[in-house]
Amino acid sequence: MVSTAETLARPKCGAFDLTDVSVAYGDEVALSGVDLRIEPASVTALIGPSGCGKSTLLRCLNRMNDELGNVTVSGKIQLDGDDIYARDVDPVELRMRVGQVFQKPNPFPMSIYDNVAYGPRTHGVPKSEMDLLVEDSLRRAALWDEVRGHLKKHAFELSGGQQQRLCIARALATRPEVMLMDEPASALDPISTQQIEDTIAELKSDVTIVIVTHNMQQAARISDRTAFMLRESMERPAFLVEVGDTRTIFTNPSDKRTEAYITGRFG
Amino acid sequence: MSESSEAKLDRSSRAATRRAAEAVVGRLISLSGWSAIAVLTAIAVFLASNAWKALSDPQVGLIRMLTGTSWYPTSTPPLYGFIQYIIASLRVTGVALAIAVPIGIAAAIYISEFAPARLKGIAKSVIEFMAAVPSVVYGLMGVYVLGPALKDLFGMQSALTALSAGVVLAFMALPTIISISEDAMHSVPSELRQGSLALGNTHWQTTRKVIVPAASSGIFASVMLGLGRAIGETMVVLMVAGNSMELTWSLTTSARPLTAVIAGEMGEVVQGGLHYSALFVVGLTLFVVTFLVNLAADLVLERQRARWRR
Repeated sequence: MVSTAETLARPKCGAFDLTDVSVAYGDEVALSGVDLRIEPASVTALIGPSGCGKSTLLRCLNRMNDELGNVTVSGKIQLDGDDIYARDVDPVELRMRVGQVFQKPNPFPMSIYDNVAYGPRTHGVPKSEMDLLVEDSLRRAALWDEVRGHLKKHAFELSGGQQQRLCIARALATRPEVMLMDEPASALDPISTQQIEDTIAELKSDVTIVIVTHNMQQAARISDRTAFMLRESMERPAFLVEVGDTRTIFTNPSDKRTEAYITGRFG
Repeated sequence: MSESSEAKLDRSSRAATRRAAEAVVGRLISLSGWSAIAVLTAIAVFLASNAWKALSDPQVGLIRMLTGTSWYPTSTPPLYGFIQYIIASLRVTGVALAIAVPIGIAAAIYISEFAPARLKGIAKSVIEFMAAVPSVVYGLMGVYVLGPALKDLFGMQSALTALSAGVVLAFMALPTIISISEDAMHSVPSELRQGSLALGNTHWQTTRKVIVPAASSGIFASVMLGLGRAIGETMVVLMVAGNSMELTWSLTTSARPLTAVIAGEMGEVVQGGLHYSALFVVGLTLFVVTFLVNLAADLVLERQRARWRR
């Protein structure tokens, strides 16, 4: 087990390379032919109408699709050059490096402290380092100032926005290189959303962030690169239409369908 | 918006009907709630009034019954001490829970968290079927199959012992414990499961650290209901426990639990007599014990709920 100090000193990493990735639920191919590079220490937004495979693609990156059963992922997904679907890769280890924040805040029914310490405890971080790690994670998730001195309080006493930032802190506590966020602000009010977005802006200096969002303004505000996905009919699988700098995608997309979507003509 | 006065009238009369129907249904529901309490009170009053004759008899009385170790209704004076029967109930129930609780919870964890979907369906229906088998059938199995097997295994004097009865009762308490625990674990929100897995926990760690604690109140309730089933079961103990009046804590000797006393003797007593009344004291004891068990369970559940489910 690597110690906290060593992981803190980890060099900038967390780049994904996806080559011809397809996902099938049983016999039905839901997503096919995705080629995508996710740059380290940046925010990549996945946008597109409902059912276009954004969340499916996101779940490929920490192999949470494995948990659904009956899901086949083909093609190649590399994290810093290593194939994450290789035989010798343990998905449990992978998920320490690739954290996830869900659509609905899902704190565990325990104290704030125990929520943040949950991941590190599993991975053998010693008690003596825990207090510091919990504080650091809460600071990075911009929640520390609101909960210091109340760490023994039950997580359910927090507001929805605070709970979501607690979930971010909880995911940060395993020192991931990548953080996957599946519409993390869709269940929150505008002020909480603003706080989450600020947190994301702070985090991207040392964590790669991949965020699924339905909110186009949000994608434009927070992301460095944007990938637009689409499923044109139920008979054909979803695919990646285009990916590029967020500014380019929003001002001068090369594909007509991207332009139609971002200008609000469908979706 | 234009609306004819007729339509308006029609709508307001429909609303009135709906209000009246709602009031009636509301009354009926609160009535059935209160009737449960009324029935429970009536049972307690009925037990106590029939038990009064023995409780107030200078030769018998509650203290002598609860501390006496001999039950000889036909001697002079008659003796109605039944602490040995209370201990017999504890012996049999203890064996049943010691077996059924760990196996039941482990089975529930497997079915809820690990079993493939098809096996899950099969296991659940088999378990429901187990609950539907009449207790006399379990008794037969105990007398002719399990009892003799345990006798050989442990070198017991008899096949009909507290251990044999406890093992059979464990089989009967298992379906209750498994299905209620499984329900409790199954109803833990899947977001918690996903959250734990996404933090790099294995299925087993997730189960141990999140699922079981979050379902703990339901698991506890299942154990209490299993306990209730084991304490109250009559036919099996009558057939399998061996009906010995001896005061002992040994598990490998025969036993006569409280329920077996009532069932075994109620046919031969004179209605309204002292013996009859003494059996009601035994019944009252069972009633109080189960009531206290349920009350304790409720209190613990309430505390659990406050901790886990704000």
